[in-house]
Amino acid sequence: MLADYALLLISAVLVNNFVLVQFLGLCPFMGVSNKLETAIGMSSATTFVLTLASICSWLTYQWLLVPLGLEYLRTISFILVIAVVVQFTEMVVRKTSPLLYKVLGVFLPLITTNCAVLGVALLNINKNHSFMESALYGFGAAAGFSLVLVLFAAMRERLAAADVPTPFKGAAIGMITAGLMSLAFMGFAGLV
Amino acid sequence: MSLLNVSSPHAHRPLSTATVMQLVLLATLPGIAALSLFFGWGTLLNLAIAIPLALLFEACVLKLRQRPLAFYLGDYSAVVTAVLLAIALPPHSPIWLVAIGIGFAIIIAKHLYGGLGYNPFNPAMVAYVVLLISFPVEMTQWAAPLSLIDSGAIDGHTMATPLDVLKNNNSELVADLFAHNPGFGRWAGLGWEWVNLSFLAGGCFLLYKRVFTWHAPVAMLSSLAFCSLFFYDGGSSASKGSPLFHLLSGATMFGAFFIITDPVTSAVSNRGRLVYGALIGLLLFVIRAWGNYPDALAFAVLLMNFAAPFIDYYTQPRTYGHKAKQPPSKEESH
Repeated sequence: MLADYALLLISAVLVNNFVLVQFLGLCPFMGVSNKLETAIGMSSATTFVLTLASICSWLTYQWLLVPLGLEYLRTISFILVIAVVVQFTEMVVRKTSPLLYKVLGVFLPLITTNCAVLGVALLNINKNHSFMESALYGFGAAAGFSLVLVLFAAMRERLAAADVPTPFKGAAIGMITAGLMSLAFMGFAGLV
Repeated sequence: MSLLNVSSPHAHRPLSTATVMQLVLLATLPGIAALSLFFGWGTLLNLAIAIPLALLFEACVLKLRQRPLAFYLGDYSAVVTAVLLAIALPPHSPIWLVAIGIGFAIIIAKHLYGGLGYNPFNPAMVAYVVLLISFPVEMTQWAAPLSLIDSGAIDGHTMATPLDVLKNNNSELVADLFAHNPGFGRWAGLGWEWVNLSFLAGGCFLLYKRVFTWHAPVAMLSSLAFCSLFFYDGGSSASKGSPLFHLLSGATMFGAFFIITDPVTSAVSNRGRLVYGALIGLLLFVIRAWGNYPDALAFAVLLMNFAAPFIDYYTQPRTYGHKAKQPPSKEESH
């Protein structure tokens, strides 16, 4: 049982990394990775939201939609649940750390539209995950997202000082780097 | 007896980029010789294709970017990239395979980032991974040792490498593999052990010449040895291989002394290099033992290249005269 959970976590963090293998959540990955500090803030906010959202959406699905026979409404209801969780996180961050709130700026509400969040909620249902598995899968997805976001941010700070040819400056070289990182992550194939 | 009193300044000529690169080229010679001795002249053929192509691509990009040709071509960095990739590729690789690899290494992995000194990923390893994922059939045909072909012990000119055999083995004890499988030698693979020892010798020469510090190679080799010792079960059919087997198999020594010591793509501080090397050793063992690929040096190196700036951020050395400081993070933001 414990081994299953560990494999699920490794799978979500490394083997099926949401950003570099499944290509979900690319907007914050490119948008918030210019500075390491912002990236760390965004990662913790996303980790919190993703874990909570995958738990809440699982509960909504199993306790509300299934008993009422409304499974076909899951996408729209998950979006609603995620929006509520993000709003809640935003309020918490605003009260506890105004500075982080300012740094994250528009990206905090944008977690709502982070496709990784909705992706995890829907994948949990598709894969018939139990409650515990859903929570772990959400957390693992967020940990994988945070890992690559933070590493990518540190790398982009270095790239900002590189003598990149003009046509490739900024987002272009960022995308190329992300592509090379995605190649490197293919090495984890087969671990689970 | 008097001590010779030489007045200051005691300036001495620092190592230039070209000198370092020439030393590295010199140090690869024993390894190349061992590869040719045991696996035929395929590696030399790779080298003959790779080096001119690398210079050609380098010259084209420099021309496009309007940089002085002679200055940049004279630093030998393109040649080193070509040599490292030619060694890593299977002997007798087709010309187009080498060409695609060199093109990717020089143009995308090196010059799109601004050329030597700016590339975050090791160009040769980027090319290797691109080729391995795009052309798995061509990339997994390693030549069989010459002695086996000559003695007629096997049919054909390629065979599975010992790492591959061990990975797919689930019926024979490791001792039986060594006794019966013709691809195995005394400590590791037939030929492979000498290839690795030759690269070790070349690496020690570079270490003696102070081309790099000992931190990254020692950390990588000891973490690989520790991991394989920890999971070594005495040689059952499900064994992951002994530490000696791992240290002398595949690209271990080549990687430890010629790939992860690249000053541009590795961590900068000595402490950072210890972390960097140790994590490469760990990833190498994890992918070798449980992943899809029999050898994983290129993947492990790329993954840690990716993490190197982050490691640097948290292993900044203390400035002399100052107290150790936490990395510059805004504590009030958390």
